[in-house]
Amino acid sequence: MLLIYCPHCLEYREEEEFSYGGEAHISRPVDPEKLTDEEWGDYLFFRKNPKGIHHEMWFHSSGCRRYFNVTRDTLTYEILETYEVGCTPKITGISS
Amino acid sequence: MKRYSGFSLFKNAFSYHENWEKVWRSPVPKKEYDVIVVGGGGHGLATAYYLAKEHGITNVAVIEKGYLGGGNTARNTTIIRSNYLWDEAAQLYELSLKLWEGLSKELNYNVMFSQRGVLNLGHNLQDMRDIERRVNANRLNGIDGEVVTPERIKEIAPLINISPNCRYPILGASWQPRGGTARHDAVAWGYARAADALGVDMIQQTEVIGIRRKDGAVVGVETSKGFIGARKVACVTAGSSGLVAGMAGLRLPVESRPLQALVSEPVKPCLDTVVMSNAVHGYVSQSDKGDLVIGAGVDSYNGYGQRGSFNIIEHTVQAICELFPAFSRIQMNRQWGGIVDTCPDACPIISKTSVDGLYFNCGWGTGGFKATPGSGFVFADTVANDRPHPLAAAFNIGRFNTGALIDEHGAAGVAH
Repeated sequence: MLLIYCPHCLEYREEEEFSYGGEAHISRPVDPEKLTDEEWGDYLFFRKNPKGIHHEMWFHSSGCRRYFNVTRDTLTYEILETYEVGCTPKITGISS
Repeated sequence: MKRYSGFSLFKNAFSYHENWEKVWRSPVPKKEYDVIVVGGGGHGLATAYYLAKEHGITNVAVIEKGYLGGGNTARNTTIIRSNYLWDEAAQLYELSLKLWEGLSKELNYNVMFSQRGVLNLGHNLQDMRDIERRVNANRLNGIDGEVVTPERIKEIAPLINISPNCRYPILGASWQPRGGTARHDAVAWGYARAADALGVDMIQQTEVIGIRRKDGAVVGVETSKGFIGARKVACVTAGSSGLVAGMAGLRLPVESRPLQALVSEPVKPCLDTVVMSNAVHGYVSQSDKGDLVIGAGVDSYNGYGQRGSFNIIEHTVQAICELFPAFSRIQMNRQWGGIVDTCPDACPIISKTSVDGLYFNCGWGTGGFKATPGSGFVFADTVANDRPHPLAAAFNIGRFNTGALIDEHGAAGVAH
């Protein structure tokens, strides 16, 4: 069971209060009509799947109902930081 | 390979079963192979076996970082069925089911395939509409199946609770009598033994750490024990597929997540079929040893730790107690997790790649065990002939860019 620090509520809460939002820092293409099928497919379906540091979105669905970002190690499950959407992570690179 | 038979069992009894031949060799890797299969799970071993048997390609090595069949092959809940909605998926899984039906004889190894039937329960009107649609689609594809009433479900699985007063009443189910279970380890061992007998090398305790390419084509793999040359490399690495693809500079639309299972203490026979439910989200069968084999959902977030979240287990046993109130008194013995590679459309990728001689068979997600024979069969054909097997064509990696997805989420009666 993860204990996740919500940067909006400023509290640690149990994993069950949250839902996972997938990879963070993906921006929607400004003009989708101009993309090739390859670029559009990449945007829709291709996600980073690292064994180690991963930046991901979480939604505090049973709490403040706001999104935020988490830097988590996908092997040890250690949460290294949580930060608001739009901010850049302090921790990057591959661990484990 | 010495054949297993009643006679060989009798003969070996005289020497206290101490002189059985090794089930497979442990050879030193050759300098070069025609095909290297990366990943020694059920699918990889089946691929190697069919390469040798169906295509006469015997200069093959299976490279496994741990031991054969030690990953998801050993961690699943062994359910076998082919009642998928869409034609492409149904035909692939049905090929697999047909191969299962003759597998013990073909491999001369008892995989304990038991066609005890699979029930997929419906708990609301929409479930029942989906079930009727799926059963009709199955029958049009020549796959057995029928829609059954709660009374018939009670006959098949007497301990189940069909009371209309429970929180999620059972309104009916789909019933595939040809579905069932098999002994998961035996499948890996049987394929490994049969492939070994045809000349395939099993290279265990050797991790692939790189895929060497030259002019856009594969020339071999870097391993923890040095370079091994290969004309073709076939990757069947489940949860690690994204990492292996990265070694060749490729990206895959898969995300790796833990899927858990648990078994109870062994009890007397009480459930001689497989019961699955999407709505309350759990599935259960009883192994020949007597323990209840229980599984459910995949973790909602990516992870490579082979354990999984506790809350998933909690929901799983809630579901099982809802279906079978009598099971609430049974104690659970063991729990574990395996890393599954989930695809956006819940269907596998069996495909050539943009690198010549590099092939991927991955993305089976939460339901790969049942497909082991068929997956190996079509993938071996794809690798041997450097073009997709007709049943694998729809599962090419290009579908995520063309949009021709095979959306089996929920539609297949998959319980996740």
